[in-house]
Amino acid sequence: MSAAFRMDTDQVRARVETVPDPELPMVTLADLGVIRSVREDADRVVEVVVTPTYLGCPALPVMEADLRTVLAECGHPDGRVTWALSPAWTTDWISERGREQLAAHGIVPPGDAGAPLPVRLGLGRPCPNCGSVATRPLGPFGSTGCQTILVCTACRESFPHMKAV
Amino acid sequence: MTSELPDTRNRLIAEYALRLGDDALVLCQRLCAWVTNAPTIEEDLALSNIALDLLGQARTLLAFSGRSDGTNRSDDDLAYRRTEREFRNALLLELPGGDFAFTIARQLAYTHYTSLLYGQLAASADEGLASFATRAAKEAEYHCLHASQWTVRLGLGTEESHRRMQSGLEHIWPYAAELFEADDLTTRLDTEGTAVAPAGLRAAWEREVTGVLTEAGLTVPAPSWQATGGRSGVHTEVFAPLLAEFQSVFRQYPGGLW
Repeated sequence: MSAAFRMDTDQVRARVETVPDPELPMVTLADLGVIRSVREDADRVVEVVVTPTYLGCPALPVMEADLRTVLAECGHPDGRVTWALSPAWTTDWISERGREQLAAHGIVPPGDAGAPLPVRLGLGRPCPNCGSVATRPLGPFGSTGCQTILVCTACRESFPHMKAV
Repeated sequence: MTSELPDTRNRLIAEYALRLGDDALVLCQRLCAWVTNAPTIEEDLALSNIALDLLGQARTLLAFSGRSDGTNRSDDDLAYRRTEREFRNALLLELPGGDFAFTIARQLAYTHYTSLLYGQLAASADEGLASFATRAAKEAEYHCLHASQWTVRLGLGTEESHRRMQSGLEHIWPYAAELFEADDLTTRLDTEGTAVAPAGLRAAWEREVTGVLTEAGLTVPAPSWQATGGRSGVHTEVFAPLLAEFQSVFRQYPGGLW
């Protein structure tokens, strides 16, 4: 690779947006809504601004490493990955395509983050197996911290649901 | 030119962040002890995930504190290289796990407090504290819901679960009072809009917690004393063993990485 090879910011952005989430690889970081911006700073260094889902999410260091790798592949080994805590990430930022991907993999996508808490826990989320809305919470956390486990009282199957935050 | 002393205000903000960070860190360590010991596997997962959120919050706050006090200590430096007297957590968070009802009683007191605190701190004039609190308030709200639901289940469950829940509340209430302790640091930072003086949260906290306890058929304890000392580094006798275990790997293999 020639030393001069450096993708422009739009090309880098296009690549960065395809990076999958480490824990939910069916969803890209862009569809998850955690990529805030990809831009060239005043010092001509490309900076990717990311917002954390949860502060203790174990996927955060993996996300950062994956983004650095992609930056290097785009000819920007000096690129920066910056974390921005505010405004706080909300599941409302998950794209329509991201929601479809979650649903296609059996994870019931989050509802409206503005809804009152008991509704957000998943009461009334339709069962992905039989469609019944007679579902109830089984566990407040699932295979990842951002999911909760619900159980369907009609078909007795349990299923994951991504919590609205 | 000699290096500049960090200005007083930054050191105060660093001390404030250290208190909040130590609260989260120490409770995280206590909650981790429930893994494989909780009443159900869902609860193993719940308490460990709450602990993980607390760890993320503690790391953010400790790293911020180390940057603000001018020493440039990292979150690891502050977590693993301080001794007992340098920790600033409230005593409530270091008390041993007790039974499950005791743990839920502590969660109830702490999460209602942090939920209110972070909600207000999100409007702090300090950008570091405000951006942390914006994120952490959402997490605290969910932890709060978890604790409140368990309090109601245990309170209305069996005679035994009710007795244990009430006993857990009686045990922790004198310690919960320390969370609302007023001192010069919080008063001063509150006046300039940087921190939230915890005393101002007490009325709202009592209202919320009383609501949950009433729904659970439990009695709000009326203790005759209150704990103090954690914010100045004077801990209970259980704290040194907790810290020794927490820091043991770091101290045996200083600088070790994986």
